[in-house]
Amino acid sequence: MASIARNVLILAAVLSGAVVCTPAAAQNEQFIPILSYRTGPYAVNGAPYANGVVDYYNLINERDGGINGVKILFEECETAYATDKGVECYERLKSKGPTGAAFINPLSTGITFALTEKTATDKIPIVTMGYGRADSKNGAVFAYNFPLLGTYWSAADIAIQHVAKELGGLDKLKGKKISLLYHDSPYGKEPIPMLQVLAQKYGFEFTPIPVTHPGVEQKSQWLAIRQHRPDYVLVWGWGVMNSTAIKEAAAVAYPRDKMIGVWWSGAEPDVTPAGDQAAGYKALMLQHGAGKFPVHADIEKYIYAKGKGSTEPGKIGEVLYNRGITNAMLGVEAIRKAQEKFGKKPLTGEQIRWGLENLILTDARIKELGFEGMLKPVSISCSDHEGARYGRVQQWDGKGWKVISDWYTADESLIEPLVADVSAKYAAEKKVTPRDCAKET
Amino acid sequence: MLYRETGQFKTTYAEDIAIFPIRQDRIALAVLLGIAFIGVPLLATFRIWPFGSDYLLWAILLPFLILALAAIGTNILVGYCGQISLGSGAFMAIGAYSAYKLATGVHIPFAALGFAISIPPLPVLASILLGGLMSAAAGILFGIPSLRIKGLYLAVATLAAQFFFDWAFLRLPWFTNYAPSGSVNAPELVFFGLVVRTPVERYLLCLVFVTLLAMLAKNLVRGNLGRQWMAIRDMDIAAELIGIRPLYAKLTAFAVSSFIIGVAGALWAFVYLGSWEPLAFSIDRSLELLFMVIIGGLGSIMGSFIGAAFILIAPIMLNVLPTELGLPLSTQTITHLQFIIFGSLICYLLIKEPHGFARLISIGKEKLRLWPFPY
Repeated sequence: MASIARNVLILAAVLSGAVVCTPAAAQNEQFIPILSYRTGPYAVNGAPYANGVVDYYNLINERDGGINGVKILFEECETAYATDKGVECYERLKSKGPTGAAFINPLSTGITFALTEKTATDKIPIVTMGYGRADSKNGAVFAYNFPLLGTYWSAADIAIQHVAKELGGLDKLKGKKISLLYHDSPYGKEPIPMLQVLAQKYGFEFTPIPVTHPGVEQKSQWLAIRQHRPDYVLVWGWGVMNSTAIKEAAAVAYPRDKMIGVWWSGAEPDVTPAGDQAAGYKALMLQHGAGKFPVHADIEKYIYAKGKGSTEPGKIGEVLYNRGITNAMLGVEAIRKAQEKFGKKPLTGEQIRWGLENLILTDARIKELGFEGMLKPVSISCSDHEGARYGRVQQWDGKGWKVISDWYTADESLIEPLVADVSAKYAAEKKVTPRDCAKET
Repeated sequence: MLYRETGQFKTTYAEDIAIFPIRQDRIALAVLLGIAFIGVPLLATFRIWPFGSDYLLWAILLPFLILALAAIGTNILVGYCGQISLGSGAFMAIGAYSAYKLATGVHIPFAALGFAISIPPLPVLASILLGGLMSAAAGILFGIPSLRIKGLYLAVATLAAQFFFDWAFLRLPWFTNYAPSGSVNAPELVFFGLVVRTPVERYLLCLVFVTLLAMLAKNLVRGNLGRQWMAIRDMDIAAELIGIRPLYAKLTAFAVSSFIIGVAGALWAFVYLGSWEPLAFSIDRSLELLFMVIIGGLGSIMGSFIGAAFILIAPIMLNVLPTELGLPLSTQTITHLQFIIFGSLICYLLIKEPHGFARLISIGKEKLRLWPFPY
């Protein structure tokens, strides 16, 4: 037993080493943690996104000298898309910097589920742009969750709207067969309840087909698709699962132009490994697509010209890189909004939560930020933590993504009852008293 | 000189059969428990170094305690009874999901028969313990093949348990109360009217469970049952010849092991994760627990703690250290380095000491007895 004590002492000594030597931070800095994944089966998608985030924070520091003079301090932590590592990273980074973490972007729906309760207790907003819990749109119950720009329920509705448009009208959906090929995790399962609602309303036959993590084995699923012959296959994949799905579709000769990926299944790394087989594949857009916009010119001028870029200059403007900078921009603008109320100094997570909840980006402001053409106006409020629910559809022509549709807006009349129902269940289970949004300022 | 039992005379049978017969061991244990039960909570409450933030409690000590408990369970089966199991993750999952179902109320309608089984939501403590019992029942069920098949073949049979329960909790929506995403939330942790919320409270709760169950395990393995298990482990035919019933010995090992693992699973879900999906109890978790007992030391309760500490904390340290030292490495390089160093560390350890940390410690104890005059 003496040895246990000795061992514990050694352990404590090693541990304390990690806790004590935090570098002395300058006081006028706002700390933002970055949970990223540059290793593992999801690295192909995680890395470009993280590069975008890092480059945008660097741009704010280099070009503007921070947010109103408050420099951004950030640190990356590798989660490998694993929930337990994500929770560890969150605990590691949440109290760094002079005021603790400004907000957290887990870039994983699984980690979002695991952190939802913790972030509310720690008063740190959890910003899940285009992913996360769809029911957290209801800010009255989920005060600290911000599924900005679109939830999976919005995505499901937009995808079905596009299918209907291709078929020639919502009434043509009746009797059609639509399958969902999904990553078997909270991420892939999120759209299912919405698709069931839609199937009931429009009378199409909906079949969910799960794919086990990490998604490199899909033979039996595609065999089932070949037998079942669905009119459309929606793909809710991530990482290697996406390119595997396209290759397997080609192997069973399922037409690629009848496949519609969610916005996480529509980037360059998802189609390029499949080569020519990917031509014709379609995917939703979380508003923006690939390509360069005025903000990219600034990034090239202030970051890449100085050799401080985090990726190869040729990769700026890829879909996920653009999503990274969009996500970083929304966070920075929320901090700026919070500074209007609380002063131009490092702010706490609770103060930045106010900034997020009152964030309004008009067309003029989006243009000023250099995001014109990437984003439509965003308006977040207590009752609507999503802020915008637009989407378009793009198609891979073998070389690049082409936008093939007009803007769609998700049908709130269908989503809202589901949000109210599921979030009320959560509130009851966790004994959360919903805020009265009419009294929030 | 310091660690020598010379002069400690035992005058009663009770002293002779004490769990820790050597006084120094008892003192060390008392000090350790004092630190764990009083020192750590005090430091954490007043936020004294190294408990300035919740990190140490939340991300290190809490998972360490729970995984150590699961490792003790695995060690009973693998280390004491010699039945290789790759299903520990599944038994954790059974503990977690049974506790979840019991804590939120069970309703099983038998429409054809015209009645339904309804159990109202149970208190959290009862749910956790019953979750352990459910896991024990499943352990017995999946332990039955062990009467016929041995060694690596049994490992494959327990792998079936792992995959079966992974599938069940992922695919049967009844287990998750029809949650749309398949992710479930733990109920509020109320124990006898007290709500457990803060990291310190959670830590103490786990500590109580771990201390009680570790004592229970320590007592079991040195008694009649434990000796039966070890006899089976060392040579099952010889054990049978001297009158040990393999059926009873093996199935009790499966039951006790699964019970402890099940309780650990329920704690992992309720106290540590709070919200979880079946992936939290995947095959990776089973392998992790097996590595913990192999590296910590097969057939050693203390080894389970050390193994859990090593497997859980070493990678985190390797990951945190470069950043804290200010080395300009990208997260991806750090992660790759972490894999390389951790892997080589395991290889080195197992080459130098194939019996794990527990053996290193008993060698250390032997040396300490002779110190400072070794011969």
